[in-house]
Amino acid sequence: MKTEPVNAVSQTDSLGTEVKALLLGNIRDYAMYIALVVIFVIFTIATKGLFLSSRNLINLVNQTGYVAVLAIGMTLILIIRQIDLSVGFVAGFLGAVSAILLMKGWNVWLVIPTVLLCGIVVGVYQGFLVTKIKVPAFVTTLAGMFIFRGLLSLVTAGTGTIIVRNRTFLQLSNGYIPDLSWGARFDFHLLTLLIGIFLVIATIYSQVRNRRTMQRYNFQTTSTVIFVTKLVSLSALIMGIIWIMASYRGLPWTAVIVAVVLVIYNFVLTKTRFGRHIYAIGGNTEAAELSGIKVDRVTLLVFASMGLLAALSGMLYTSRLASATPTAGVGFELDAIASSYIGGVSVSGGVGRVTNTIIGALVIMSLTNGMNLLGVDISFQYVVKGLIFILAVAFDVTTGNRR
Amino acid sequence: MTDYILEMKGITKEFPGVKALDDVGFKVRQGEIHCLVGENGAGKSTLMKVLSGVYPFGTYRGEIVINGEIQQFRHISDSERQGIAIIYQELALFPELSIYENIFMGHEIMNGIVIDWNETILQASKVLERVGLELDPATKIKDLGVGQRQLVEIAKALSKDVHLLILDEPTAALNEDDSENLLNLLRELKEQGVTSIMISHKLKEVVSIADTITVLRDGKVVCSLDAQERQISEQEIIRHMVGREIENIYPKREGIEPGEVIFELKNWSVTDRTSRREILHSVNLQVRRGEIVALAGLMGAGRTELALSLFGNVSGYEITSGEMYLNGKQVQFKHPSEAIAQGMAYVTEDRKANGLILIQDVKFNVSLPALSKLARGLVVNEHEEIIMANEYRESLDIRTPSVQTMVGTLSGGNQQKTSLAKWLFAEPSLLILDEPTRGIDVGAKFEIYTLMNQLVEQGMSIIMISSELLEVLGMSDRLYIMSEGTITGELAVEDATEEKVMAMATKTGEGVAG
Ligand SMILES: Nc1ncnc2c1ncn2[C@@H]1O[C@H](COP(=O)(O)OP(=O)(O)OP(=O)(O)O)[C@@H](O)[C@H]1O
Ligand SMILES: [Mg+2]
Repeated sequence: MKTEPVNAVSQTDSLGTEVKALLLGNIRDYAMYIALVVIFVIFTIATKGLFLSSRNLINLVNQTGYVAVLAIGMTLILIIRQIDLSVGFVAGFLGAVSAILLMKGWNVWLVIPTVLLCGIVVGVYQGFLVTKIKVPAFVTTLAGMFIFRGLLSLVTAGTGTIIVRNRTFLQLSNGYIPDLSWGARFDFHLLTLLIGIFLVIATIYSQVRNRRTMQRYNFQTTSTVIFVTKLVSLSALIMGIIWIMASYRGLPWTAVIVAVVLVIYNFVLTKTRFGRHIYAIGGNTEAAELSGIKVDRVTLLVFASMGLLAALSGMLYTSRLASATPTAGVGFELDAIASSYIGGVSVSGGVGRVTNTIIGALVIMSLTNGMNLLGVDISFQYVVKGLIFILAVAFDVTTGNRR
Repeated sequence: MTDYILEMKGITKEFPGVKALDDVGFKVRQGEIHCLVGENGAGKSTLMKVLSGVYPFGTYRGEIVINGEIQQFRHISDSERQGIAIIYQELALFPELSIYENIFMGHEIMNGIVIDWNETILQASKVLERVGLELDPATKIKDLGVGQRQLVEIAKALSKDVHLLILDEPTAALNEDDSENLLNLLRELKEQGVTSIMISHKLKEVVSIADTITVLRDGKVVCSLDAQERQISEQEIIRHMVGREIENIYPKREGIEPGEVIFELKNWSVTDRTSRREILHSVNLQVRRGEIVALAGLMGAGRTELALSLFGNVSGYEITSGEMYLNGKQVQFKHPSEAIAQGMAYVTEDRKANGLILIQDVKFNVSLPALSKLARGLVVNEHEEIIMANEYRESLDIRTPSVQTMVGTLSGGNQQKTSLAKWLFAEPSLLILDEPTRGIDVGAKFEIYTLMNQLVEQGMSIIMISSELLEVLGMSDRLYIMSEGTITGELAVEDATEEKVMAMATKTGEGVAG
């Protein structure tokens, strides 16, 4: 047995072997990106370019939004080996609550935090059952499905569909960030472009700084060529997306909201003690407990966060439809769970990243969006999504990626 | 010329960054008991996994010849068809199922399309008889002791008509009686023509049972010793294994006088909530600063339960009476985090089940119990973490390609060192070690003992739970002997002998309900 550093790049090592190792090590991620590209290409051809139009892409972003926030919360739930089946109806119900409060004339800035708080309460209730009463999450949230489905019907029973007229609220899923006053003379959205440039600079800065620190501590880093290639392609991707938005009507508020949620959750998962605890619990609950991690408390918090995000998702959806309907939220939990798994969350827990979950959500929602454009029957859409979903997980399991 | 049932030639197996096997040649004669020994990480388990098809043909280089034919196993079932059965380091039984269901799991006896349960039970009793287990085949696995489970595993192998039986550290978790039982069974099977390959770190057993001993070191075969020709000594094996002499595997401690009492238990009684059974009866215990106190006894004496009930009581036992004092203060821990905060650490007996997070890397595991030491506010400083992990990797000589390597891929001994590192990082004043050297090679054992000595010299106190008598006598200052949840005796190490300890360990506490 010889122990050599795995990633060490000696001078004699050719670039080729490093690229190969990199590809092999991240095959799961690349497969997902390739799948997304393939889906984009197929729909673009099938719709004769309509799919790739700015208008439709913005549409896609707004559609993905409410699933993406749910999927982010679901990722945490799945990492700690729990499940939440109720999120769809919780989102539907709380979306309806927001519509009712607005109808009653509540100020929108009071409605949003109130509904988010309700979401937390729902999450704490389910988390309490799971951690303190020890009812398995599957059962607790299955019951939740019944309960919140019922509550949704109850609150919409009198009126049927509740129309939302509040301008601010409608902006959430239909609006764009305002432009700078002197941006009017350009035929693109100036502020969006500036944000894009800022994002690229920030990315480059943080990556370079991180690499510097790694080198200062004498850790292994990738070779300069690969590092630069990665930075350039990442920047190109960001600017590409930004340009599409800037040349249309600018950055949608949904994108901003999802980005904020994503950044916060990614930070918490990868950088903080709480994040470590989540991965530890998912990896081995007993060992985590004996290492002094309060498994029950972490689990409760993860359920609470799920409730919070379900509330957010519900409001985004209500805003998107400009109304609350008795069928809102149907099937959201399926999309959220599928997004997480397509994004590489391990079926046995302990592994997963929210950044990849977002890509998973994009995969699911591009399928929905593309098939809608093509006028594919909704029943058939379910079949296709299910097949893609099982394909992704089967791929994981066979490549041992589920670890 | 003797006929070989198995010949492995030029086997080379690489994992990313590790050459686990390097041009290994391995020959097993028909009908012998062949012991495979070597340090942790030498490649023993890997060699057996190559042989049994866990690592399929094509993922290694070299040839496997069985009964003169070259084999290309793509799956375990391929090797099973050739009469090879492997019993892993970790047992793979279904606790909720009966013995007979477990034995025929995967190769059920069919009658048309339904399982023929009558025939199954009949056949199961036959193999049970062969392994000397006089039990109702309908007994559930969870009601069996470790030794009996091991026998069920062997029965399962025998039910498949096995010619070559591979056992990976079968006695690691067994007490002396059960081990002796198992070795006798292997001898009997040998009479019946079954060839066995046994991996073990217990050299005493190896010397007593082996016909041939093959020593692996760093993925290479050091030598194959014929034990039928001449008596091989433990010392000789150790020399081949570690490449140097180890005079006394229990290193001497420089005369340190234990200090004041830092830990004390008074009248500690514990009841299991589900079965309503009292599992610990008025335990009294004292530990001084800089002292190694051993908790000796047989498997199942209640020592692990005692440790768990002290260390935050995660199993949710009901503590019916008793007081615990740590550093002069009376304490009561509701969660391990509180125990850790007060300077207690518990290295679990089963590192895979509840000690380590196998799918995470070395640094993640080491930093887990004391993450706050690496954190500014809530944010973990990953650079400091890597540096810290590397320090422990060096000081404990954890053999791993890097601290970013998944713990699950390390060999047993290195996993054990990782779980020690994890708790040392938490800087406890009282360290509870539960079977600290189970499944660990002599070299690593020596290192762990040396480390324990250093720790007590620095003023730490250690409670060592161990079922290995020699270890208890070699390492402790004082020992308590437990049996059936009761402390049946206390001895200074100078007064302790194997006979005395065994007598107390098998004594059933008076007035104690079974
Ligand atoms: N799946 C794997 N991936 C990467 N490395 C591995 C894997 N399995 C084993 N190794 C490495 O191969 C080497 C040999 O391991 P192996 O488990 O065969 O040792 P062993 O002799 O059985 O040790 P022990 O006595 O501790 O059980 C070790 O360095 C180990 O880290
Ligand atoms: Mg092994």
